[in-house]
Amino acid sequence: MLGRLSWDASPFYGVIPAIAASVVILAAIATIVLLTVTRRWRWLWSEWLTSLDHKKIGIMYVVLAEIMLARAFIEAALMRTQQALGAGAGDVGPVGAEHFAQLFSTHGTIMIFFVLMPFMTGLINFAMPLQIGARDMTFPWMNSIALMLTIGGAGLVMASLVIGKFSTGGWTGYPNFTGAAVNPGVGPDYWIWALTLGGAGSTLSGINIVATIWKERTTGLDHLMWMPLFCWTSLCTALLMIFAFPALTVATVMLWLDRTFGFHFFTQADGGNMMQYVNLFWMWGHPEVYILILPAFGVYSEVIGTFSSKKLFGYTSLVWATMAIAVLSFTVWLHHFFTMGASANVNAVFGIATMVIAVPTGVKVYDWLLTMRHGRLRFDVPMLYAVGFIVTFVVGGVTGVLMAIPPFDYVVHNSTFLVAHFHNMVIPGSLFGMMAGATFWFPKAFGFRLDETWGRRGFWFWISGFYLAFMPLYVLGLFGMSRRMATYLHPEWQPWLIAAWAGAGLVGCGLICQAIMLYVSIRDRERLRDITGDAWDGRTLEWLAPSPPPEWNFGVRPVVTGRDEFGERKLNDEAYPVPDRTAYRDIEIPANAATAPLIGIFAFLFAFAAIWWMWWLVWISAGAIVLLVLWRSMRFSLHRQIPAETLYQADMAHRRTILAHADGDIGSGAPMRHARGTEGYLARERREREDRA
Amino acid sequence: MTDTTTDAQGVRPHAGIPLEHPDAETAHATERAVFGFWIFLMSDLVVFALLLATYAVLLRGNTGAPGPAEVIELAYAFPETLLLLTSTLTLTFASVALREDRARGVYGWTFLSLALGAGFLALEGAEIAGLIGKGHIPQVNGFLSGYWLAIGTHGLHVAIGVVWGLILIAQFWIYGFCPAIRSRLVRFSLYWHMLDVVWIAIFTVIYLPGSLVS
Amino acid sequence: MKRIHAIHLAGYAASLALTLAAFGIAKFGWLDGALALVAIGLAGLVQAAIHLRAFLHLDFKGSQREDLQLLLFAAVLIAIMVGGSLWIMFDLGHRMM
Repeated sequence: MLGRLSWDASPFYGVIPAIAASVVILAAIATIVLLTVTRRWRWLWSEWLTSLDHKKIGIMYVVLAEIMLARAFIEAALMRTQQALGAGAGDVGPVGAEHFAQLFSTHGTIMIFFVLMPFMTGLINFAMPLQIGARDMTFPWMNSIALMLTIGGAGLVMASLVIGKFSTGGWTGYPNFTGAAVNPGVGPDYWIWALTLGGAGSTLSGINIVATIWKERTTGLDHLMWMPLFCWTSLCTALLMIFAFPALTVATVMLWLDRTFGFHFFTQADGGNMMQYVNLFWMWGHPEVYILILPAFGVYSEVIGTFSSKKLFGYTSLVWATMAIAVLSFTVWLHHFFTMGASANVNAVFGIATMVIAVPTGVKVYDWLLTMRHGRLRFDVPMLYAVGFIVTFVVGGVTGVLMAIPPFDYVVHNSTFLVAHFHNMVIPGSLFGMMAGATFWFPKAFGFRLDETWGRRGFWFWISGFYLAFMPLYVLGLFGMSRRMATYLHPEWQPWLIAAWAGAGLVGCGLICQAIMLYVSIRDRERLRDITGDAWDGRTLEWLAPSPPPEWNFGVRPVVTGRDEFGERKLNDEAYPVPDRTAYRDIEIPANAATAPLIGIFAFLFAFAAIWWMWWLVWISAGAIVLLVLWRSMRFSLHRQIPAETLYQADMAHRRTILAHADGDIGSGAPMRHARGTEGYLARERREREDRA
Repeated sequence: MTDTTTDAQGVRPHAGIPLEHPDAETAHATERAVFGFWIFLMSDLVVFALLLATYAVLLRGNTGAPGPAEVIELAYAFPETLLLLTSTLTLTFASVALREDRARGVYGWTFLSLALGAGFLALEGAEIAGLIGKGHIPQVNGFLSGYWLAIGTHGLHVAIGVVWGLILIAQFWIYGFCPAIRSRLVRFSLYWHMLDVVWIAIFTVIYLPGSLVS
Repeated sequence: MKRIHAIHLAGYAASLALTLAAFGIAKFGWLDGALALVAIGLAGLVQAAIHLRAFLHLDFKGSQREDLQLLLFAAVLIAIMVGGSLWIMFDLGHRMM
């Protein structure tokens, strides 16, 4: 009945696991109690979980990412603590070897699949449809299902804290660590199924994003070269998701068949081939790096353009560089296993391809720098992250080019040099971008900005903590320290590891500052209110809508006549025309769907049952999912009508608000400048143009 | 991509046989759905490509136990191929009938295609039963694992297709030829034709070279 | 017979002919060794192309067709992935002999 689930699965095999499990259970109980006491269940269900509004789905993705970030950071801090105290033989330090292996496996898995993936999917979901003047994604229901599958996958990782153990095979799950012979427990199965749910969600999201960008652009955007750059990077990321994730699915399904049914894909003894797993995994894994980084590149492009008060320098080259990176990312995967034993020619080809990919990336860096040149720079929090990114990412890129040289890679392979390198790419290259994006679009989502002071503190802690935590790892890697070591017999490593520990402490302070920032911002939301919907003197269409935008985004879908449409409109005094009643039409927006969260729940149960071999539950869950899809397919009125008059009145109200707060001239950009009250750059820009004329 | 070749209703061409639509809105809805489904099919194609690549990698992994020479027979693959090829043709007739709103044609040709698909599944079932009888199960070695997963995944797709097709016929029966379900039949036919392309790849990569070895 | 069916029937006939040829090569040994493999592979590719043209109705008319663009992109990636995999893994297998 319960498969292989028994009392052995309880988390009392160590103090730290027991505490972790208690925290998860207490947090769950606290959430339930809070929702019950405040009578928020209905609100949660009908306003959020069943909503098909792309903006709400985007916000839920980001919330999921933040929650999982907190857990992944705690794991990182535990690992840093263990290594800082781990000099010596035997069981030194607070964390045992087995638990340490769980920690590095969950940390990597969570950061990739349940922090960065949902974070960037959330930002794309939120901002991209607004930027192309759409009312929603092409497939709103599928959008919700993708979110629920991702939440289900994250739920599995959380469940593994309480019931059973997570994988000890690292986030890459190589079969020599995860095969049934060496790792017979449920851990690798938790890993496989968490990835499978997350991966399925990502594939669906990818399809949705591509279809949306292809089919939902507003009038005028058939000039693709007028799209905001974030849309371009979203498109390329989504294409990578669609074409790369099959490789991961194939690899993990084969691993699961090996483990559960005794197939021989990756068992060396019976004619399987372990290296085929590694080959398949990185065929997904390398494009995945760009799946994570390209959306951040898009955010940086938007942020740097906006806060330099300029059009992007080299827009066209940025677009082509993005596409070049997307294609080239499929040609470099072997560099993750240069030491496998391939012949020199194979290694050379993939080494050169890896170096080639640095070229379009370099083009982007120069474009951003040249955008800032002669710009009127404003160093608000998103811009701080962008500048911090450029500096830090170049360091990481240089170490990457080093490692693209196969002989050098042989020296540092699987050392902490590698750990430092990929954190050096992904933290500034993706996580900082997500934070910049979250700060940038927060006022659009909630109608007030995030507190600047605490945001700055958070940034400085994060970036200084990053350098302190990871620069020592480069040194240690050159000393020869392998990754994933709980203890070590080289006392001379310890000072460096203590420095890294301190770095983790600084990052922790950064996270605390960000939590305080959130609290202060909500408390002071009246002071931080974004009245006009244009919190940062924005240049793209999302700033045209009120903050937060109505569920239909735009009363009349805007017509685009060039790049940086909204910025141009402000320059030409055309940003806020009097709404024309005749242009409004009745519209339909998707009605809420309870089927999506239900499918998410059954997908979770399906995976959980497959992990624990409760086959009856596997079949019931699968049947339930099929029935839910069937049920949905027989409903034909899935929309809600919104009359034209409602749209018109909403737009009129928004215009009245802006008028009330503008000092007369609402085309001047004056109300656009936020609380620090300087003159809008657009006003100056316009005056200068007039002077020149 | 500024040049847009569109039809009278402003709809861009999509794969498969386009339908006539009562109004532009329905036409666009179908266009979107078909395009989204097409993207999914591309993703699915990559899955099959990688399964076949893995099969090729594992070909030499037969550690003395049965290899292609002992396992692969054309006696099943050939009739299976004929059934699938024919079902693709008959489903095309169904699509044309749908375009022309000939209900009997839609029911008849779709049903015939599904029957041919079911026939394919029956033959494949017999083939698999034979393999099991000889002890050629996937747990024996890497080659058999790769072989089973490749044809099993395709077979599972065909089985899902048959169930999906039956559901579509039932929905046509219950709800009539409404736009939503017409659009589903367009997607179903893309799925079915694409599975045929996949099958071509499977017999080209697995069956024919495998039988050459013997 | 309607005109629209001409392409379908022609496609079916061509597909059938290629199938017969490929199976014939395998069954009756019309060609041998590498030549047989190449012929079978080519027949498969042509047959897949015929299906895309005849049954999925893809064509180059108006080269802006997005489904065709996606398919070609997929084909490139599949070629990279499959070709790369085989190259990497066979090279490795060769060195482990």
